[in-house]
Amino acid sequence: MDFVAILGSAIQQAFGPTAVIYCLAAIGLNVHFGYTGLLNFGQAGFMMVAGYSIACAVTIFATSLWVGVVVGLLLAALLALALGVPTLRLRADYLAIVTIASAEIIRQTVAAASFSEYFGGQDGVTDFISGFRDANPYSGSVGIPGLFRWSAFDIWVMTVGWLLVALSCLVVFLLMRSPWGRVLKSIREDENAVRSLGKNVYAYKMQALVIGGIFGALAGFMVSLRSAAVGPSFFATDVTFFAYTVLLIGGAARVMGPVVGAIIFWFLITALGGFFSQATAGADPLIPEAIMDPNQASLMRFIFLGLGLMLLMIFRPQGIFGDRRELAIDAR
Amino acid sequence: MIAVLALLAPAAATAAAPLPTADAGSVCQVPERDEADASIYITGCLRDLREDPPTPVPGVAITLSDAEGNELAAAESDENGAFAVAIPGDPISALGQQFVVAVDEESLPEGSGLRNPDDVEQTITVNTDADQSVAFPIGDPLPESAGGLTLALQLTVGGLVFSSLLAMAALGLSMIFGTTGLTNFSHGELITFGAVVALAVDRLPGQIAIGGLNITVIVGVLVAFVVSAAFGWLNDAALWRPLRKRGTGIIAMMIVSIGLSIFLRNVFQYVAGAQSQNYSQYSAVTPIQVGPVQVTLKEIAVFLIAVAVLLGTTAFLKYTRTGKATRAVADNPALSAATGINVERVISIVWIGGAALAGLAGALLGVTQGFDYQIGFKLLLLVFAAVVLGGLGTIWGAIVGAFIIGTFTELTTLFVPAEFKFVGALLVLILVLLVRPQGLLGRAQRVG
Repeated sequence: MDFVAILGSAIQQAFGPTAVIYCLAAIGLNVHFGYTGLLNFGQAGFMMVAGYSIACAVTIFATSLWVGVVVGLLLAALLALALGVPTLRLRADYLAIVTIASAEIIRQTVAAASFSEYFGGQDGVTDFISGFRDANPYSGSVGIPGLFRWSAFDIWVMTVGWLLVALSCLVVFLLMRSPWGRVLKSIREDENAVRSLGKNVYAYKMQALVIGGIFGALAGFMVSLRSAAVGPSFFATDVTFFAYTVLLIGGAARVMGPVVGAIIFWFLITALGGFFSQATAGADPLIPEAIMDPNQASLMRFIFLGLGLMLLMIFRPQGIFGDRRELAIDAR
Repeated sequence: MIAVLALLAPAAATAAAPLPTADAGSVCQVPERDEADASIYITGCLRDLREDPPTPVPGVAITLSDAEGNELAAAESDENGAFAVAIPGDPISALGQQFVVAVDEESLPEGSGLRNPDDVEQTITVNTDADQSVAFPIGDPLPESAGGLTLALQLTVGGLVFSSLLAMAALGLSMIFGTTGLTNFSHGELITFGAVVALAVDRLPGQIAIGGLNITVIVGVLVAFVVSAAFGWLNDAALWRPLRKRGTGIIAMMIVSIGLSIFLRNVFQYVAGAQSQNYSQYSAVTPIQVGPVQVTLKEIAVFLIAVAVLLGTTAFLKYTRTGKATRAVADNPALSAATGINVERVISIVWIGGAALAGLAGALLGVTQGFDYQIGFKLLLLVFAAVVLGGLGTIWGAIVGAFIIGTFTELTTLFVPAEFKFVGALLVLILVLLVRPQGLLGRAQRVG
């Protein structure tokens, strides 16, 4: 058992491009769920709209990535409006069902063979980030020899990504200490009380949905920049659920919650994955092949993830930083 | 093998793509040819799939044309039903080109036709210089008027069978929601659980037989029903009841159910693998002709079982003491408790019943179409659509909603490609929330 290798890859993933993506997605969910109490289960849909926007801006419309970024943000905002109109006046679980369904509608439509001319079907879209690659100021890889290293491209993605995270955290911090943010929190606590104070709850919820969706769009941009490709499998329903786990580990309704959550989440997931893959590898594996083969070993981290999400929500719903009293979330 | 493919592959999918008939060589002898002949051959075997084993069909004319429709070559099937037609010219120049292989329907024996009339012409893209094989499954000819109406009827039959299973799953979800307020995102895994349990029974060594009749899969389905019921009780007793006692909020419980869903789904993949599974019996059966449509006996059996179970459950809810108590709890838990109803006991019964229904639906889905570890997760959104359409928490609503959604998904394939059928159902879900959020049979009340 090579614990140094496991530790190295866990650190590499904890700060790597994937952690950035889930951090941004969780920041969006933090606005939705942590601050406003909106149960958006379709964050993957927002990410997908944005990810495909920058891909298609280059491949279909032959414009720059920047046009794709603008279009992606607009489409994410539009999606939030489209989801909010039928559901925000209804009970919380309706929003959950509709968002999860919409994300799946978008995914299956984009993945359809009928549109493969535009979106590449199941294979997705590639060859669109040359502009981003050319702007890479780094030339060598970075890391601690023998432990971990990031390629020059990874470092470039991480620089952009963590800058976006810092910026997003600042925006969330400023928004939530403003009077507007206090209204959001009181909507989460007691919607009717806010309504009785003459606030337009529906409008506030809609604004929160749009802003959180835009953070989701940033996560979507990072997906396509990191992978240099987009495909329907990148935006499966589980992506949203993983982002929720990230948020809940760090602590909902805390500005830094998603950041800490993403780092811990990817550290643990990678370490677990590395442990079980090593425990089943080789001629004389630690865990006998009859109990677990390498394919099954790759599932262990998700089994633990599901279990962890349940236990977290049951025993420490406020995560690491959250305040339990503040997060007395419940459906009304 | 061809028979299995012809049965299982949806009509639309077989129309354009050449069938993967890697096995064709093992069952049919392609005519010998000169070693030096480097031409690319299009080969295939014509077999009458109504016979078991399938019998060769000789003397059928096959033509090969290029993409513009100019005829290039022709051949006739030999006494083995096999044919081979060479693409004329330099093999290199044929690479990347499309060719059309067609069967002359006039030359088919009297009373035979192609299983799928769209197969008469099949387009083939030549990408390598290896020979390519095509399949023309031969069986009963479709009636002359195999137009929109027959197709719609055929799809309705398939939709009804699917709906009846969807309704069982939806009824469980709706009852659990009605009594506990929980929107259970792990309900799909209860469906998969049933299918996996039936598979486990099926994979036991040996067969279960009564008087020489192999009933392994039937026993598997029954075991799945019973074990799922126990699993539902376990779900409630080990997880949800303690959470209710702690006063955990509904939203927190929804997120717990997502964790449970991820956990169970990966455990299912751990034990059953990622590949698609079929039970040892009934996976390939020949359909019978009923009027203008084709149905398989297993579809009829599954539909009858499902309808009987649905009727039984609704009768139980309507007429028995426990059933009435269940409806009372769904209506108002606090008031029911005040009138002396043991609410926890009712909820426990609902979990047992709901999980048993979902597990039975999963096992029967496994019988009708096979399954993989995420079949329940894929169906979950359709179950939600059905329940929301009918009215969350209502009993008849779940069933009505499931039959509408189930037949709707099948019938939409008349107008749009099959890959969009789920999309259509989910759009219905959103439209319903816009127009009538309480659902078809729900009571209009302020919900938000």
